[in-house]
Amino acid sequence: MAETKYAIRVHDLTVAYDYKPVLWDVHLEVPEGVLMAIVGPNGAGKSTLIKAMLGIKKSIAGTVEIFGQPYKKMRKEVAYVPQKGTVDWDFPTTVIDVVLMGTYGNLGWIKRPGKNERKAALEALEKVGMLPFKNRQISQLSGGQQQRVFLARALVQDASIYIMDEPFQGVDATTEVAIINILKELRKQNKTVVVVHHDLQTVPEYFDWVTFLNVKKIDTGPVKEAFNDENLAKTYGINYKVTVNQ
Amino acid sequence: MSILEYFDLVISDYTLRTITFGTAALGAICGMLGSFAVLRKQSLLGDAISHAALPGIAIAFLITQTKDNNMLLFGALISGVIATYWIRGIVTRTHLKTDAALGIILSVFFGFGMLLLTYIQKQPNANQAGLDKYLFGQAATLVTKDVKMLLYVLGISLFILLLFWKELKVMLFDAEYTQTLGFNVKFLDLLITFCIVLAIVLGLQTVGVVLMSAMLLAPAAAARQWTDKLWVMLFLAAIFGIVAGVFGTAISATGDNLSTGPVIVLLAVGIVIFSFVFSPTRGLLMRHFRFKKNKKSFQQTKILLDLYRKNKSEEGEGIPLQVSNFPVRTMKELQDKGLVHIEDNAWQLTTDGITQAKNINL
Repeated sequence: MAETKYAIRVHDLTVAYDYKPVLWDVHLEVPEGVLMAIVGPNGAGKSTLIKAMLGIKKSIAGTVEIFGQPYKKMRKEVAYVPQKGTVDWDFPTTVIDVVLMGTYGNLGWIKRPGKNERKAALEALEKVGMLPFKNRQISQLSGGQQQRVFLARALVQDASIYIMDEPFQGVDATTEVAIINILKELRKQNKTVVVVHHDLQTVPEYFDWVTFLNVKKIDTGPVKEAFNDENLAKTYGINYKVTVNQ
Repeated sequence: MSILEYFDLVISDYTLRTITFGTAALGAICGMLGSFAVLRKQSLLGDAISHAALPGIAIAFLITQTKDNNMLLFGALISGVIATYWIRGIVTRTHLKTDAALGIILSVFFGFGMLLLTYIQKQPNANQAGLDKYLFGQAATLVTKDVKMLLYVLGISLFILLLFWKELKVMLFDAEYTQTLGFNVKFLDLLITFCIVLAIVLGLQTVGVVLMSAMLLAPAAAARQWTDKLWVMLFLAAIFGIVAGVFGTAISATGDNLSTGPVIVLLAVGIVIFSFVFSPTRGLLMRHFRFKKNKKSFQQTKILLDLYRKNKSEEGEGIPLQVSNFPVRTMKELQDKGLVHIEDNAWQLTTDGITQAKNINL
């Protein structure tokens, strides 16, 4: 059997609240180096899937492997970009401090960030175009700037896999371009990127891999093959014709 | 006795010194740990825990039949921890939200505690008097042993904060992300919650069950107004707590024996009100002035631009603009700056005005 190197292997993942399953028996393999979008209707369990993969949400069954190892052993290889609305942006701290938090994982317990970490944080800020704001209070940022700060925080982790929860949600054009550039760069470095994505129109433009999810996994594969009307109809339950300039 | 005489006395008088040290240490502990409660949006947890401590005190008394402060506070600690655990349980296992869970636990524990207190008061044991000091606090009962305990806890909290500073900071800001970094968030959460429960329990003797949460929240809320840095916030909150403790004790001792706990809390709340009004960045007063100033400057800019555009749209001299069409006060201000003048009952830009209008960059 020809070995394809899988960055992420999700096996039979099931998450349930009370009476109904949010994710049912999800089996997913993400090859290394792809930019993958997870699409599906509201309540399809997109965010739940990545949170369960990261161990934030408890699953009632299933395993997650990162490069063939259990996720718990491979945390440092995975960087997470949460939805920007999940934190209180009135928290008393600055942009550079938030980005430095990305270095905490590699530092481990108790050790404090030093010169090298600061340098890495500044480089990450530069990449997302937020360097001029490094000493800005985070309460003074716009939604797009908040998103870029979160992106920079994940970039300093220098991980192999990036998992992002709706990074394009409610951002300005500048930020959208910044995110796209980052995605392209990550692809060049052969990193694997998984993005929960809402806008079907832009899937073929931004991504090369796609997963359709609606509680169960509907399909996954290269955008050129899997991003078709049949899968869209299966996932969204209606004839969802997307006009795309492929 | 004036406050100054009082502070002379603090240096010479052993009892006063003990009490002052005690309330200062309590203020510092509450300020620091209260900042965590405020930033985690768990402000009301303190209220629930302090009320929930009452049955613990009563049961500890019933079992040991002594009024040894440490014994009773140990009882308070246990019932405080149980209450915290149950609140968490209700929130995670039922559809009730945190506020409902807090309300239920607070009233159930407090009601049970009051019941036990009245039961104890009916006992023939002469020893029972004085348990009600935990309701409203009585700083005068602080003895060296208690103050030592407070200082130990202050030291331990400081040590924990310094040691786990970076972990606590990232957890406060983004707990889920902290977990993905590989830190044990449950451990951090337990650590900080335990410290908060400990601080509350130690404050019961001085401030009492009813007012304890104010002691925890007020210094932190005030400190948040003055800074955008976490460590400065904690530091200021500790200072505010100390100030409230020390001066509260002083006022209550120099006044007509006013109850210390309420005075300390009122002082702390006074600091909060002062901070809300006078903080240079977040204060109501400065925000009001900033708004007025900006409004004024925007109004002036807008009129300058309007006049300039009208001027430009005509060739040569500007078209006459009726004086009555413009707000009197703003025009007066512009006139005083020499940017506009009246000609033929119409507003015109002066040369300076034209130059300035040209440079407006929106």
